[in-house]
Amino acid sequence: MKFLSLVLSNLMRKKLRTILTMLSIGIAFVLYSFLGAVKQALVGGVALAGKDRIVVRHKVSIIQNIPIAYEERIRRISGVAELVHFSWFNGIYQDPKNFFPSYPTDPEACLSIYPEILISPEVRQAWLSTRTGAIVGRATADRFGWKVGQRIPLNSPIWPRADNAVWEFDLVGIYDGKKGFDTSGFYFRYDYFDEARRWGQGSIGWYVVRVSDATKTAGIAKAIDEEFANSAAETKAEPEGVFMQSFAQQVGDIGTILLGILSAVFFTILLVAGNTMAQGVRERTAELGVLKALGFGDGLVLGVVLAESMSIALIGGLLGLLLGAGLVTGMAPAMAAMLPNFYLPTGNLVVGAVLTLLLGFVAGILPAMQAGRLRIAEALRRSA
Amino acid sequence: MSSNGEVLVRIKEVDKVFRRGSEDINVLTGLNLEVAKGEFLALMGPSGSGKSTLLNLIGGLDRASRGVVEIGGERVDQMSDRDLAGWRARHIGFVFQFYNLLPVLNAERNVELPLLLTHLAKAERHKHVDTALNVVGLAHRTKAYPRTLSGGEQQRVGIARAIVTDPTILLCDEPTGDLDRKSGDEILSLLQALNRDQGKTIIMVTHDPHASHRASRTVYLNKGQLFAEAPE
Repeated sequence: MKFLSLVLSNLMRKKLRTILTMLSIGIAFVLYSFLGAVKQALVGGVALAGKDRIVVRHKVSIIQNIPIAYEERIRRISGVAELVHFSWFNGIYQDPKNFFPSYPTDPEACLSIYPEILISPEVRQAWLSTRTGAIVGRATADRFGWKVGQRIPLNSPIWPRADNAVWEFDLVGIYDGKKGFDTSGFYFRYDYFDEARRWGQGSIGWYVVRVSDATKTAGIAKAIDEEFANSAAETKAEPEGVFMQSFAQQVGDIGTILLGILSAVFFTILLVAGNTMAQGVRERTAELGVLKALGFGDGLVLGVVLAESMSIALIGGLLGLLLGAGLVTGMAPAMAAMLPNFYLPTGNLVVGAVLTLLLGFVAGILPAMQAGRLRIAEALRRSA
Repeated sequence: MSSNGEVLVRIKEVDKVFRRGSEDINVLTGLNLEVAKGEFLALMGPSGSGKSTLLNLIGGLDRASRGVVEIGGERVDQMSDRDLAGWRARHIGFVFQFYNLLPVLNAERNVELPLLLTHLAKAERHKHVDTALNVVGLAHRTKAYPRTLSGGEQQRVGIARAIVTDPTILLCDEPTGDLDRKSGDEILSLLQALNRDQGKTIIMVTHDPHASHRASRTVYLNKGQLFAEAPE
């Protein structure tokens, strides 16, 4: 600790250079925070996926429907505890840009399989007893300013009504989600949907099956697919996490893309910070020689220079992380429609903090070693 | 002079060879020197005669190519780099021609630097710093940064830094070389007082005969050899 003030004083030697270096590091970490939130939004569902849930869809593609009659046959397969179905409704509110995820489903089964959806018993009861009833997540309700009791008109380019009228739903409740659960969804009753749609009666988009033993999901998924093998609508059953991952990867391998961008940014910052530190050491060779003459050992001089590098990276990086987290939080409501899970996970912050130190270490280690190895007599000659 | 005859510095048959490209340059050749405890020795000689090199060998800043460098009974030439650093911190106080203060630290924090290597608590360190700055007559400028101090004042801070750990020996490399006559005289008086009143052993490299007159003994270095009298 007694050397800390020496380290901090050295940081103030060239204030502008130190501040600019901190800023460049800070901006890299703002980008890190932002891209971390984007990744969370795109693939975060994988981590939240229920380990005891299987998604069953058409073998060809998720946009191909499968019969609702499969429900009973799936239910009879050993290890299946319960199941629910969803369809992709593609609801639009007033304007095509007002798109959000919307699904017809079986309310009771949906709430049973997804305890992450948090609603009061009164809302649950209202949804079960109202044929045109719907619940909506907090993010979408806030986005459009919807209130419980409001009648919501929606259009669906996929599922027009048989009478060509606009779909209308009675909003019976607004749900919150357990940490990380998407609250942009709009859920309404399948019986109302199936009866009023122009075509496709008796079909659904996909099933979500909860199994009684999470260690047997692979075997149960295989049994489901075997049940419908060689039928008109063969299925592909897979754990919910795998399903979400493949869904997210439709836009590419998000993790690899983001890692590539961040690697390029951090490599550039590493060069900037490393060059700054090297320049700093070159400029004060004589001073470092004096410290060694006074009795500072090679290791201590190395430590002081390395601590300077790590302090610059830590201060700049933490400021960047804080700013990035603030930006992400501020932008989350505006991003809710496209990226409902747009937030910076705590784990990313911890990794970011470790990264700041690592960046400081890597940027500073070579100049620090150079400082540690200085020959005193030669270094002192630089002051003459 | 307050020398009591006990030998503090013993240099025996020391060679120092620098290699420049493929050429070996003999800076010191078979050099012998003894300095008594409490002595104030002036080391004179023309530029390039090896004065600073000899001072660096005594202070453990450089290593002899051959021979014995013994300070206070310890073989400095046989110490590891790590041990040498610790030994310097305990036994040597350096005073440089260009003061070599850290510009980012004020006077008291410059003086405190060597104490950071000790186990002293902050309050004790401050006490030592205050005492050292008092001795050099700069108790009123403790918070001043080097850029706001005159050359003489900066050298006083440099001397305070050199004596704050109460080292065995003070090594001064042209301490008045960058000062005007008046400031230089003040610094020499201060060194004399440290030698006389506190018994500090001082070895001072200088070009200036006026400065060497303040020392208790003067030796001359020329072409790598020591002489008791100035060579013709």
